Amino acid sequence: MQLDDIVSAVRSAHESHTPLRIRGAGSKDFYGGLLAGEVLDVAAHRGIVAYEPTELYLTARCGTPLAEIEAALAEKGQMLAFEPPHFSGATVGGCVAAGLSGPRRQQAGAVRDFVLGVKLVDGSGQVLNFGGQVMKNVAGYDVSRLIAGSLGTLGVIAEVTLKVLPRPVAEQTLVFAMDSGEALQKLNQWGGQPLPVSASFWHEGRLWLRLSGASAAVETASRKLGGTPAVSPDQHWISIREQTHPAFSGDILWRLAVPSTAPCPGLDGLRAIEWGGALRWYAGEQAAVRGAASRLGGHAVLYRAPESLRCLEGAFAPLSPALLALHRRLKKAFDPRGILNSGRLYAEF
Amino acid sequence: MTAMTPAEPSFQTDRAALAQRLQLILPAHCLLTDEEDLRPYECDGLTAYRELPMAVCLPETEGQVIDVLRNCHQLGVPVVARGAGTGLSGGAMPHAQGVVLSLARFNKILRVDREARLAVVQPGVRNLAVSEAAAPFGLYYAPDPSSQIACTLGGNVAENSGGVHCLKYGLTVHNVLRIRVVSIEGEVFEIGSEAPDAPGYDLLALLIGSEGMLGVVTEVTVKLVPKPELAQVVMASFNDVAKAGDAVASIIAAGIIPAGLEMMDKPATAAVEPFVKAGYDLNAEAILLCEADGTPEEVAEEIARVTEVLNAAGASDIRVSQSEAERLRFWAGRKAAFPAVGRITPDYYCMDGTIPRKRLAEMLSAIAVMEKKYGLRCANVFHAGDGNLHPLIMYDASQPGNWERAEAFGAEILELSVALGGSITGEHGVGIEKINQMCSQYAPPELAAFHRIKAVFDETGLLNPGKAVPSLHRCAEYGRMHVHHGDVKFPELERF
Repeated sequence: MQLDDIVSAVRSAHESHTPLRIRGAGSKDFYGGLLAGEVLDVAAHRGIVAYEPTELYLTARCGTPLAEIEAALAEKGQMLAFEPPHFSGATVGGCVAAGLSGPRRQQAGAVRDFVLGVKLVDGSGQVLNFGGQVMKNVAGYDVSRLIAGSLGTLGVIAEVTLKVLPRPVAEQTLVFAMDSGEALQKLNQWGGQPLPVSASFWHEGRLWLRLSGASAAVETASRKLGGTPAVSPDQHWISIREQTHPAFSGDILWRLAVPSTAPCPGLDGLRAIEWGGALRWYAGEQAAVRGAASRLGGHAVLYRAPESLRCLEGAFAPLSPALLALHRRLKKAFDPRGILNSGRLYAEF
Repeated sequence: MTAMTPAEPSFQTDRAALAQRLQLILPAHCLLTDEEDLRPYECDGLTAYRELPMAVCLPETEGQVIDVLRNCHQLGVPVVARGAGTGLSGGAMPHAQGVVLSLARFNKILRVDREARLAVVQPGVRNLAVSEAAAPFGLYYAPDPSSQIACTLGGNVAENSGGVHCLKYGLTVHNVLRIRVVSIEGEVFEIGSEAPDAPGYDLLALLIGSEGMLGVVTEVTVKLVPKPELAQVVMASFNDVAKAGDAVASIIAAGIIPAGLEMMDKPATAAVEPFVKAGYDLNAEAILLCEADGTPEEVAEEIARVTEVLNAAGASDIRVSQSEAERLRFWAGRKAAFPAVGRITPDYYCMDGTIPRKRLAEMLSAIAVMEKKYGLRCANVFHAGDGNLHPLIMYDASQPGNWERAEAFGAEILELSVALGGSITGEHGVGIEKINQMCSQYAPPELAAFHRIKAVFDETGLLNPGKAVPSLHRCAEYGRMHVHHGDVKFPELERF
């Protein structure tokens, strides 16, 4: 599949006002609003276009599986530092469109922090190139980062350039027994110290803490923090990244992004805490969850749920009328006829 | 001596009606309209471009900001927001038919939260003041543009400012959590939050670096990070610029992301050394400064690895700072590079291209050729770690034709940056200065998309008109003068 195929598919949909549903591997079909429209399968537009380890960037076509990218990076001792989930065969286009980051986000940053450039096919079928392959580039509005997490509503991501980083020399995972309140307190306390904490995960009375960095730094921090070394830490963090850990099981899962210091809201069903306290997972029906998250200065995503509930609640927290109006105008600027993944982010556009 | 064509689009502001309206909404001490009072605002750090505004507003409350914007919107008057005016691309240069909205009085640090590691500040707070306020808690604000003593957070947000530590710690966009923005229509938006993400589009990313074109920031929440226990610098000399460039690539290839990685060429060290006495090797064609930070053990480990890499890369001399005083001395030269060059030439013009690091030697030899072509000298300082080159073109504004040659020299460097796969600006912004080169970096469809984005936030184009994104018309005109390989850019547009 060539870029031209994507362009002509979008152009003809634009002309005929046909809604499209952009699909890579379909690994995140569960995420966001309901799926609608004719499938535009872009998985076959794949392959690494450029990889320059010493320039710290990699450019790949949208359908390239993350596994292929990470294998190429591993050969040179590098990584995607935001540690994205693969689920079942995730592609890099879907990874950027969904904007989901993994455990290392607390240390390294989110997907959007690593997007340097995109080649986008907008809703009228125009090919647009934003950003580039250099670390610093402030020419023009930063559309590349805006695209991260936009769930395909602003354009088909045909190609993306990501900043890559060296893998840490050393890693160690420590386990502590503590309740959620103490875990939040410790995580925030450690966060204010120069410690190489690269991931954290609390579940049912136990806190896993991953240290990554120079050998000496990891050794020193490990001695200072105490705890017990984890058994098979690599598998553990993969199970968090891939959400195969039992903490993420159940039909209904809420994702709360809140300030790391926010107290635990009075909700039942806390399943896990990540990202130094800033990411919290709740299971089950939660009538008050959106209000609670908002009062804490954050927001709640209905992350995984049956269609009926997603229809009723919406996947994402509602926007204020002013922000919603802004979103609609932006959507229109990129996709005048509203044919790309409409309803995947918000039912309104 | 300004070479600027009239700002586009044009506005017909009724000066008396504007003054009358502003007097109704601002107390007298918040409004300047006399020419002598307006004069200090006629330019920013790019002094070659000047324009007198019709009025300068110095609001003290967000309500006043809203009123000024709402009224200017009603009257169709352009508004240029301004922080400390240290910008180097003319982004805060006033509009002759418009108002300068200075945020200088928004200078309070509203909250420093030790536990949550963040600070809430007003946009007129100086960059360094944030780190100073956070210092008692062992925290600091990471982006450190060299103007950090004077530049403000609002300006940093507008320009997505970097600094010498951004390879490891990121740019402004990586360190701002939330902003409060007033639109030209006077509507207030909260963008981002203290949580790691916010619902909907990442408008924070879109607004940061938007050069005052989309809204006016009235509050900024920044991330604070723990101050490293120790920092140490390795200084390496090279008898060949290409070798120094390769050494940078080798450091990265070895899996090291230094806290800072800077290069200076021989003309730059020659300018700096007599002024700062940093102990630079004046025989070297280039010197590299590589900083390691972290725990003492971590720093020792990284310094050992860096030293090994630099030796293998053919460094002719290597010195490691043995004390904090020595570390600061090594850096002092780099940080004083601009004023030092300013001592040996009546004027200098600072450029800001980024290139892939591996093209450095190519770029520097092209600059050497350009020095002869334009008959002007150039010293080069380089944020080597992230490919951001600052050539300092030396000229004498009092000599007829000198500035025009400097400007053409700079434009050629920027065009070459794009041709080498880089960008016309790494951290200074497009402003008015690089508006023509935007036509080289972006094709008409992207520029049209930028204009559509602008219209989403500011339909009538009143915020900072004529800056950051050129009109297609302007590019057509510029394209006529820059025909590459016989390809006329913008063939679909009428020529004039």
